[in-house]
Amino acid sequence: MCALCGVLGADDHWTSAVARPGVYTRNGNSAMRRREAADRLKIANAVLRTRRLDLREWQGGTYILSNATGSTRVFRSLSHMWPEAEAMVSGGFDPLDADFLRKIEEITR
Amino acid sequence: MNGASPPRDGKIPVNLLTGFLGSGKTTLLRELLADPRLKQTAVLINEFGEVGLDHHLLERIDENVVLLNSGCVCCTVRGELVDALIDLDTRRAKGLIPAFDRVVIETTGLADPFPALSTLRAHPVLVNHFGLDKVVVTIDAVNGEAQLRDRLEAVRQLAGADVVAITKTDLCGADAVARLRRKLAAINPSAVTILREQAEAAHLLGGASVSPDIADAFVDADPSEGLDHHHEGESRHHHHLASGGSTVTSFSVIVEERLDWTAFGIWLTMLLNRHGDRIFRVKGILNVRGEERPIAIHGVQRLVHPPAHMKAWPDDADRRSKLVFIVEGLDPAVIKHSLRVFNDLSDRLLPRTETSSQLLGGIEGGDALAQTGG
Repeated sequence: MCALCGVLGADDHWTSAVARPGVYTRNGNSAMRRREAADRLKIANAVLRTRRLDLREWQGGTYILSNATGSTRVFRSLSHMWPEAEAMVSGGFDPLDADFLRKIEEITR
Repeated sequence: MNGASPPRDGKIPVNLLTGFLGSGKTTLLRELLADPRLKQTAVLINEFGEVGLDHHLLERIDENVVLLNSGCVCCTVRGELVDALIDLDTRRAKGLIPAFDRVVIETTGLADPFPALSTLRAHPVLVNHFGLDKVVVTIDAVNGEAQLRDRLEAVRQLAGADVVAITKTDLCGADAVARLRRKLAAINPSAVTILREQAEAAHLLGGASVSPDIADAFVDADPSEGLDHHHEGESRHHHHLASGGSTVTSFSVIVEERLDWTAFGIWLTMLLNRHGDRIFRVKGILNVRGEERPIAIHGVQRLVHPPAHMKAWPDDADRRSKLVFIVEGLDPAVIKHSLRVFNDLSDRLLPRTETSSQLLGGIEGGDALAQTGG
């Protein structure tokens, strides 16, 4: 727990597992963790912005998701990102939806 | 399959034992508990009556907990599994019941294993005290095929299995057992299938969540092996299994290009969030950009285990990523296309080629620090 902000626990999502023998993670050291967090924000934001959502990281361990009208949601783990994002836009995020995939493809063009 | 190993992180390993109604869960459990290696096991069951433990009974601690003469603690689940586990852990800490080094949860015959697995991984207290071990599923050689055809619960249970024990093989012919085995392999190619008579303590031990064994198990059961036809980069090996009016499909996806870990993580998390109810299992070996060794991933519905960093490629000549999905009513071609779109997205957004060992050395860590610092 962070003694200043009182945030409890840590992100336990499988993509950022606690470093231990045999487990693949990019949580091993501080530089690696920050690089991965920055990359994750880039990709997540590219996807989220197709529906005008924006994701920021706060204090290296908390995510803040906001929409164009300024409503925000705060969460600690990536496990909560998609449920929160889906709650903020109608229709949600379906990676098997053809229209949605077309929008993602447009980003890469 | 390795032998007994102490918990690596101080957590008590938990096995889940499930199987359709009347498929022989309790018989299997009774036999396994006779093994000295499982003598310090606590068992959570729904009803004492079902187990027929009377002649094993050593001491009745209270209405919910009994002590068996093998040393096992046996406890009924009244209400929530969470409460039963916390109660068991508290009694152990207080010395009210003998210390146990393993928990086996026997679920009801119609239970989907996912909620129990999910509870163990997501509960803020349980996650620090208990770790997931193998999921064992019993299937009856006489009725198993029909159950898999008619009941989605049976398919969900099978898809969640690390070990499948075929029971009642003495009541039907060898060809029926062989047919069932083929069906089991088609639905869950990554599970180890045994006959109940062969079941031993080792099948419960091993650590499904953190052990690189899971990757070996995947490779052993790679369904793409032995197929002489394949289309480059295409999904192949489809099995369609009618079940309760819906279509359960098992298929593998082969990816030629190397995968970006970050994009893959976001993609799979999004996919499972949206379609986790219909993705019974996903298991794979990945060739990740910047990594020499393969990474094994393993998930049941929305639950994904910590990824395993394997020691080496099983076949050094074939370093393509392979993913096995067991889904209900989802189109393999769309899943494959979606994965590709997200991987391409990372090419555009994260153009770089350095390896993780360079990252470890902090060569390019400076700008990342500047971006997120403060």
